[in-house]
Amino acid sequence: MTPSLHLWLIPVLPLIGAALNGFFGRRLSRQAVAAVALTFCGGAFLMALYVAARFSSLDLPHAEFLAHWIRSGDFMVNFEFYLDQLTLVMLLVVTGVGFLIHIYSVGYMWEEGGFYRFFSYLNLFMFFMLTLVLAGNYLQMFIGWEGVGLASYLLIGFWFTKDSAASAGKKAFIVNRIGDFGFLIALFLMIKHFGSLNFGQVFSAVSSLPAETVGFGLLTSIGLLLMVGAAGKSAQIPLYVWLPDAMEGPTPVSALIHAATMVTAGVYMVARSHVIFDHAPNALTVVAIIGTLTALFAATIGIAQTDIKKVLAYSTISQLGYMFMACGVAAYSAGIFHLMTHAFFKGLLFLAAGSVIHAVGGEQDMRKMGGLRQYIPWTFMTMSAATFAIAGFPPLAGFFSKDEILARAYEANLAYWFIGVTTAFITSFYMFRLWFLTFFSDYRGRDAAGHGHAQAHVHAGHGDPHESPMVMLVPLMILALLSVIGGWVGIGGRFEHFLAPVFGEGASTVATEALSRSTEIMLMVISVAAAFLGFYFAYLLYLKRPDLPQKIADALGGLYEAVVHKYYVDEIYAMLLVKPLIDASTRILWHGVDQAVIDAAVNDTAYGARHVSDAARHMQSGNVRSYAGWLAAGGAVIIAYMIWMGVQ
Amino acid sequence: MVPISYYLILSGILFACGVIGFLIKRNIITIFMSIELMLNGVNLSFVAFAAQWHHLSGQVFVFFVMVVAAAEATVGLAIIIAVFRTRETLNVDQVNLLKL
Repeated sequence: MTPSLHLWLIPVLPLIGAALNGFFGRRLSRQAVAAVALTFCGGAFLMALYVAARFSSLDLPHAEFLAHWIRSGDFMVNFEFYLDQLTLVMLLVVTGVGFLIHIYSVGYMWEEGGFYRFFSYLNLFMFFMLTLVLAGNYLQMFIGWEGVGLASYLLIGFWFTKDSAASAGKKAFIVNRIGDFGFLIALFLMIKHFGSLNFGQVFSAVSSLPAETVGFGLLTSIGLLLMVGAAGKSAQIPLYVWLPDAMEGPTPVSALIHAATMVTAGVYMVARSHVIFDHAPNALTVVAIIGTLTALFAATIGIAQTDIKKVLAYSTISQLGYMFMACGVAAYSAGIFHLMTHAFFKGLLFLAAGSVIHAVGGEQDMRKMGGLRQYIPWTFMTMSAATFAIAGFPPLAGFFSKDEILARAYEANLAYWFIGVTTAFITSFYMFRLWFLTFFSDYRGRDAAGHGHAQAHVHAGHGDPHESPMVMLVPLMILALLSVIGGWVGIGGRFEHFLAPVFGEGASTVATEALSRSTEIMLMVISVAAAFLGFYFAYLLYLKRPDLPQKIADALGGLYEAVVHKYYVDEIYAMLLVKPLIDASTRILWHGVDQAVIDAAVNDTAYGARHVSDAARHMQSGNVRSYAGWLAAGGAVIIAYMIWMGVQ
Repeated sequence: MVPISYYLILSGILFACGVIGFLIKRNIITIFMSIELMLNGVNLSFVAFAAQWHHLSGQVFVFFVMVVAAAEATVGLAIIIAVFRTRETLNVDQVNLLKL
């Protein structure tokens, strides 16, 4: 029995921060609001570091019981916390990156209205995300799962007076509902068949079952339903559509929620449920296919986007696809490794993009940037580190994790690997396209007609682009450092060995041995070559020959149009799903049920009562003699009745 | 001895006269008198039965009715005077509001 680490404090600290800022923030100064938010978020980070320091002395998995929650017959759910190597990785990523983004937000949001509201939501998000990560059973995980969805909704719609932001928030929430529906049914199936939602009990029950290699049994159903949930939260095909729109939120939110942490919850959930997926190979294949297709699909859309945040959004979807591809070939630790490095470099990319947007006064269109490296050298340098990292240049973080995934995909199926490498090339291309468009050649912002666009924060008196304050640059530098060295923990399979107790010795270690040294080097060379090729094409098209992209676009014609319009997926969804749903709801549910049945019943009852009362009202005229008449008539009726009864 | 049915018929006629007067008359004083007529119609049947069955309770009840009627008459007349002072009419059809 290991001593209690008071794990419950980790999520509760940000909750206290959220409550303080939410209830009293309006009356506090900005300095006080920032201090509260940073103190409690930093407290959670320190707790996570403390847990990490004590980690080697613990019996793993370490579970802490807090309180009973539901007791119904044999079925029990507790508030309990669960700590193993996987939890620790997530804990450090969420609190560490989260804390850095909190610091950055102080600078980024300083001029904005609703400063206290922003930090209250941000701390609330941390609470739910940490609940999700530390949960000891699926139901508690589900609280966190829903809670981060709520926080995401609130923060996407942070500038709620802007119509597009409000509807983007709604879209994110509704699309996530579809995924959550799958997750919930998976939970019900577990309750029905295993009688518990506790991780340990569910996994030991599953382990005793034979693997479902053929057919569509219980475990396959649970696996697929969990994947539906994961696809919603982690923006995979076909539920990815909310994430690009979610860029309406403030940029630190995009970095924290829609790149580094919340969207990886689906990957975490699949990795956490690996016992179920290991026993349902068919479900796992679906995970791999969805991940692979999403990676390629989103990357191709990323090529033609002109909004700097949209490029990063599609890049996030694509990278999440990689993580699912890794999980799908049972390389969970590779998926989690990429999750971690991705949190570093994608968080950094978004923060740096925020710094760029800040520098050019709210402009997000890359065609109106350019040449910014002279104006904002620190942002340029940090963003370069992230760009090279995501493109997969050695020895940066993205290289190690992506290479790991590709190697494991190569073993599983050549098709996954091929699409993966193609995606790596496209990733490299669109990232360097962004990089060249933003930072190289000349600044194109001045000849743009209007300056203050739809963006909510338009800084007054904007001249040349200017560098962001230190409070924003320091988190950038730390994340840049992590993007550079963060992958080194994976050298020699150390990260994999660390996670091996969670995912089972078998799958992970055999795999590393399976590939011969020469194949490994060949794969590495190919993926590095893909990264260089992407760099070269971007250099050629966007720096050397800036006239070429337009010509290529013209040559491609319809295909280019389709990519620019994101393959018309939003339009197709609108036509196939949204419009019929709205029409049916309008006709049947609104006009039919709500107005014709419910409203009609209520209103007609009221009208009926009114008519009856209207008739009865005349009895009470105020005329004494008519009262006397009624009285006499009543008396006569009673006497007549009694006489009649007497005769009987 | 006069048979009891005679008394009862007379009592019924008196009561019916009271009811009719109560319903058709507009003057409050007349209505008031009709009420007295109804009471006394009932009183008559009480004493008739008391004489018939040699039972005192009927007679005693009549005294109670008279006492209550006397009390009612004072209160009723006071109300009528109050109504007349404010409305300057004794027509019940014009006294159709609860407030004065």
